[in-house]
Amino acid sequence: MTTLAEYRASRELLGNLTQRELRGKYKRSALGWAWSLINPLALAVMFTFVFGVVFQARLAPVGNTELEGITAYPLFLLCGLLPWAFLANGVNGGIGALVANSNLVKKVYFPREILLGANTLALLVSLLIEMSVLGVALLLFGNVWLQFLPLILVVVALQSVFVTGIGLLLSALNVYFRDVQHFVGIGLQLWFYATPVIYPITLLGNIADREFLGISLLSYYKLNPMTAFVEMYHQMLFFLQWPDWELFLYATFCSFAMLAFGLYVFKKLEPRFAEEL
Amino acid sequence: MTALVSTARSKGRDRGAAVRVEGVSKRFRLYQERNQTLKAAMMRGGRATYEDFWALRDVSFEIPTGGVFGLIGQNGSGKSTLLKCMAKILTPDEGRITVNGKISALLELGAGFHQELSGRENVYLNGSILGLSRKEIDRKFDEIVDFAGLDQFIDTPVKNYSSGMYVRLGFSVAINVDPDVLLVDEVLAVGDEAFQRKCDEKFADLRDAGKTIIVVSHSLSTVRTMCDEAAWLEHGVVKEIGVPGLLIEKYVENTHVERVAAEGGGSRWGTGQARVEKVELLDEHGDPVLRVRAGAPATLRFHYETQGPIVKPVFGFGIHRIDGTHATGVNSRETIVPDRIEGTGHVDFAMAALPLVQGSYDVTVAIVDDSNLHTFDYRTKALRFDVGSGRPREAEGVFAIDGRWSFES
Repeated sequence: MTTLAEYRASRELLGNLTQRELRGKYKRSALGWAWSLINPLALAVMFTFVFGVVFQARLAPVGNTELEGITAYPLFLLCGLLPWAFLANGVNGGIGALVANSNLVKKVYFPREILLGANTLALLVSLLIEMSVLGVALLLFGNVWLQFLPLILVVVALQSVFVTGIGLLLSALNVYFRDVQHFVGIGLQLWFYATPVIYPITLLGNIADREFLGISLLSYYKLNPMTAFVEMYHQMLFFLQWPDWELFLYATFCSFAMLAFGLYVFKKLEPRFAEEL
Repeated sequence: MTALVSTARSKGRDRGAAVRVEGVSKRFRLYQERNQTLKAAMMRGGRATYEDFWALRDVSFEIPTGGVFGLIGQNGSGKSTLLKCMAKILTPDEGRITVNGKISALLELGAGFHQELSGRENVYLNGSILGLSRKEIDRKFDEIVDFAGLDQFIDTPVKNYSSGMYVRLGFSVAINVDPDVLLVDEVLAVGDEAFQRKCDEKFADLRDAGKTIIVVSHSLSTVRTMCDEAAWLEHGVVKEIGVPGLLIEKYVENTHVERVAAEGGGSRWGTGQARVEKVELLDEHGDPVLRVRAGAPATLRFHYETQGPIVKPVFGFGIHRIDGTHATGVNSRETIVPDRIEGTGHVDFAMAALPLVQGSYDVTVAIVDDSNLHTFDYRTKALRFDVGSGRPREAEGVFAIDGRWSFES
C-alpha cells in the first residue's frame, strides 16, 4: 500500500518525528544531553571496577594498540558498549514505538514505518555524539584511528539498518502480544553476554575450540550478528586494523535480511494496527 | 446499493466523485478471551475466541465533488468506521475506497502533539504528520496561529495550554492543510462561540472553493444546516441517501419508535405518603405514547397512590431537555387543589398544542402539600419522551413560539 512517493513525501515527517524524540528526550532535565554520555561512562566505570578491581581479571586486550595499562580496558569496553547501547535502546524504543504512539496510529494516516525510522535516527544521533567523544579520547591516548573513519561510518549505517529491522519486527508483534517486551528484556541480557562487549573475544580461548556436532563453538558464537558488529568496531577503533571481510559481509547480510524480514512481518500485520492497539 | 445523486446544486458539483466507496465491508473481532499474552495464545493453541462483527457490509456509494456530505446513524451503525476507512486508518476487509485528491481527517484534534514541545514546534510536527511540507507550513504559520488565536502562547509548551487552546491549535493546523477532501468526525463543537464562527466560515470557504467535506455527526441540526446531502447508515449498511431534510425526518421517525419507557436513571425522595407511580404521555386520542409531534395536542397523566388520606395535595412537574436545560415547570396550586385524595387515581395536565421543539425531554414530578412544607414524593426523570418535528417543522431552542407570520408589501 505504501508507495515510494509516499515515502519521499514522508521524509520531512521522519525528520520532524526524529526531532520530537530528540527534543522531548532531555527536556526539563538539567544535564540534558550530557546524560547521553554519562550513562555509558557510568557503565564503563562499573564494569572496570567489577572485573578489573574486584575479580582482578586479565582483561587487557592483546593486539596492535597504543593503549595499555589502566586506561586500556575502559576504552576497549566503550568501543563495544556504545554500539551495544545503540542496539539495546533501539530495540527497547522500537518495541514501544507503535504502542506509545497509539493515539497517532489510531487517528491519523501516515506510513507507520516512519515511527521506527525516527526511533533509530534519534538514537543514531546520540550514538554519533558519544562515538565522537570516545574517538577524541582514543586520539588523546595515542590511538590514531582516523584512517578507518569512512568504514566506521558504513558500519554504523549497517547497524542502523539492523536495528530498524528488529524494531519493525518487534513493534508489530508487540501490538498483538504485549509480553514481547518482557521476553526482550531477558533476551537482551543474554545477548549482551553472548557478545564480546565486556570481554575480548580472545578470552574465549580453548573453550571456543571445542566442537559441537562437528562445528567449533566459536563458529556458533560468531553467528551472532552483534559479534560481527562489535568485533569490527574493536578492530578499527582499538586494534587499528582493517576488519575481516567475512565479518563485514556477514554483518551486511544480516542487516538487510533483518530489515527485509522485519518489513515483511510489519506489512503483514499493519492493516489491523489501528484496531488492535 | 448504489445511490447516485442527480440533483444539481451549488457550482462545481458535477466534477465526478470525490470519494468512491465500492463494496466495502469491515469486520471487527470481538474477543471473548483475548490472547494478549503469548501464554494465553499457546494455551488455546493460538486460537482466540472471538465473534465477527461486521461494522460495514457491502457499502457502495459515491460522494460527489464539492459540497458537504453528512453521515448519520445511531451508535454502532458504522459511520465512524467508514470515515476511518476513507482516511486509510482502517483497512477494509473487502472492497475498496478511492479518494480523488488530498485528504485530511479531523478525527482527533492535536493527535500527536508532544506535551513538552512548544506550540510552534507542535505546529510543524502536526503539520508534517498531516502531510504538509516545511515550506507550506512556513507560509501558513501566521494564518494557523492567528486562526487559533494563540499569538501570545505559541512559544509555550502545549502541556500548559487549556484544553480549549489545545483543541483550537489542533483544529487550526488540520483545517489549514487545504485538503480536497476533509473528513470531520464530531469535532465541530470546539472552542467558544467566536471560534465556532470562525470554523463555520472556514468550512464555508472550503465549500465555496469546490472542496468536499464529509461530516459524521450525531447532531442532526448540524447535518441539516450544513450538508447538501447525507447518507443514513444502519447496522453497517446504507439505508438511504438523500437530501438532509427529508432523510433526517425519516431517520428520526424510524429510530425513535424504539424508545422504551426508560426506567430508573432518576432520583427520588419524599415521605412516601403519596407517590407518583407512573407518568404517561397521551396523544390526541388518549393513547399512551412516548413520542408526539411538536404542536400536537398532548396530555401528561400522573398516576398516584397514597397511604391514607392526603389533604390538599399539590401536583407539580418540570420538563427538562435531556441535556439538563430546564424547559418549564408548573404546579397545580394556582388552579386546582383537591381537598383530599386517597388510594389510587390520576391527575391530568392537558395541552392543546405541545409547545416544545423537537428533541428528547425528561419529566420530573412531585407531590407536595399545600403549605409546601412536606414533600410526599419527588421523582426526577420519571418519564422520557421525544418530540418529533411537526408544527413548526424547523425550530431552534426549547420552545416553539406560537404565532403567525404575515407579510405586507
